[in-house]
Amino acid sequence: MGEAVDRGRRQLLTAATTLTGAVGVAFAAVPFLASWKPSARAKALGAPVEIDISKLEPGAMLKIEWRGKPVLIVRRTPEMIERIGKQDEALADPASQASRQPDYARNPARAIRPEYLVLLGVCTHLGCLPQNRFAPGASEDGLLQADWRGGFFCPCHGSKFDLSGRVFAGVPAPTNLEIPPYSFADDNHLVIGLDPPETA
Amino acid sequence: MAESKSATTPGTGRLARFGAWIDERFPMTKMWKEHVSEYYAPKNFNFWYYFGSIALFVFVLQIVTGIFLTMSYKPSATEAFGSVEYIMRDVEWGWLIRYLHSTGASAFFIVVYLHMFRALLYGSHRKPRELLWIFGVLIYLALMAEAFFGYLLPWGNMSYWGAQVIVSLFGTFPLIGDALIEWIRGDYFISDITLNRFFALHVVALPLALLFLVVAHILALHEVGSNNPDGVEIKKHKGADGLPLDGIPFHPYYTVKDLYGLSVFLVLFAAVVFFAPEMGGLFLEQPNFEPANPLLTPKHIAPVWYFTPYYAILRAVPAFLNTQVWGVLVLFAAVLLLFFVPWLDRSPVKSIRYRGPIYKTALMVFAADFIMLGYCGLKPAVAPFTTMSVIGTIIYFAFFLAMPWYTRIDSHKPEPARVRM
Repeated sequence: MGEAVDRGRRQLLTAATTLTGAVGVAFAAVPFLASWKPSARAKALGAPVEIDISKLEPGAMLKIEWRGKPVLIVRRTPEMIERIGKQDEALADPASQASRQPDYARNPARAIRPEYLVLLGVCTHLGCLPQNRFAPGASEDGLLQADWRGGFFCPCHGSKFDLSGRVFAGVPAPTNLEIPPYSFADDNHLVIGLDPPETA
Repeated sequence: MAESKSATTPGTGRLARFGAWIDERFPMTKMWKEHVSEYYAPKNFNFWYYFGSIALFVFVLQIVTGIFLTMSYKPSATEAFGSVEYIMRDVEWGWLIRYLHSTGASAFFIVVYLHMFRALLYGSHRKPRELLWIFGVLIYLALMAEAFFGYLLPWGNMSYWGAQVIVSLFGTFPLIGDALIEWIRGDYFISDITLNRFFALHVVALPLALLFLVVAHILALHEVGSNNPDGVEIKKHKGADGLPLDGIPFHPYYTVKDLYGLSVFLVLFAAVVFFAPEMGGLFLEQPNFEPANPLLTPKHIAPVWYFTPYYAILRAVPAFLNTQVWGVLVLFAAVLLLFFVPWLDRSPVKSIRYRGPIYKTALMVFAADFIMLGYCGLKPAVAPFTTMSVIGTIIYFAFFLAMPWYTRIDSHKPEPARVRM
């Protein structure tokens, strides 16, 4: 060896040191990146909420807040349930294949009990709040035409959804309105954010 | 800079000795000479060359006004909106500091867009200034992030829903989308937690990144030297003293010129600050005078004007295969394309003065197209704006993607050897 520099050895040592340092940096980054995840408090505040639905009239809609998002609870009349499925050919995803909902809500009524529709009031386009336009026919503001059979309308970019929150083809929103996990505590109480016990 | 002057012409005064004392310990005079008094810039700068120094001024203005705003602002969901009103009504001169900051944000983008247009006019991105251009595009990206985070802070309803729309963009990525969105927000919705971290990013992280990038941008400029309206290199023709024949020292020649430009800019800027700080809803949008309401969307969500060209591009792309990730990808591509301009441009000349009719037309069409896209982005997504957005998006991409082809077949006039006044 003497005074000569062993370049191979120096390169190996440099590479090994760099690699060790890089691994150290990667490990040190974990706490900082993980600190951005929802905190314990945020998780606790996002826990399931129980709603009394005994006073909800048929044909009426209730808007509550869960995890900062509007949850729409609609008590559909038998006539409204009748209207669902009459225009499946105009829908983008009538069978809810590409949409987000728990498996127990993947049916034409998109509900556990067809009478109660539970939806996130968040347009699947860019997160606006869709309006309930349950009355069929043309609307006074001219946004809906005579062939309208009732459903939801997003005022931001004009997306349309049927009475089960299923999206029509040819509008900006790509999928049906999302259905959050929910269950019935009893006949008069809904729990938003909790799956029914038999599916869990 | 009396000290530095004394160091070049050795004196015996107290000030001269103090200057010499510093120079033995810190390269004060050396830096002053290198970047100011002996930085030789082409003598033929015109109107378009004001915007670099004006952008630097606005950057300093935003930092100074921003520091004073943080002294009264509270980054919490319950207090933010009220604290901005408190600044506007109760803090002495608070309205002025806040309007300087909000108008400064829009002014920053106007100046930066003109500065970027100048580069496209005179080929300032071409070799050897590719890295200078890339630092500039990075500054533009950091500025967009800085403006986006800052826009949430007043916690008005447009702040809230604007952030909602932009954050949702990241949710369109397959598989990781939901987790990514939750990670960005730190909650299941845009909440106090999100506001608090956007505040940290807006006042600490991005200003530091911007400062670093601005220094890198100026160092790169001073390494390669400034381009000029003729697009010829002044370093090719040097006098016996080794200095460029067509160069003049930045100080006093361009410091004085830039001060003149700055004073004109300040007249216009002050007119907006004092007489039209909301600019008819363009600089401060009407729904933002209501506090954030997670359960009530504004009737029409549009981002602030400087983002609207890209917002129009986003909306121009339809959702298919049950996802709208395509619009987001096209949006990112539209911005990332800017990095490649130095290599997309194949013209043998740099300046528009010696280019042929094709590039001249392309650049003018592109500028008009960018403005048209910005207008469409402000409007609801209905006819005719939807069609205009699609056409505008195609023109935007054609300008860049067809550039290697049309700049090569375009005619050109011979460049002069030296700059012309």
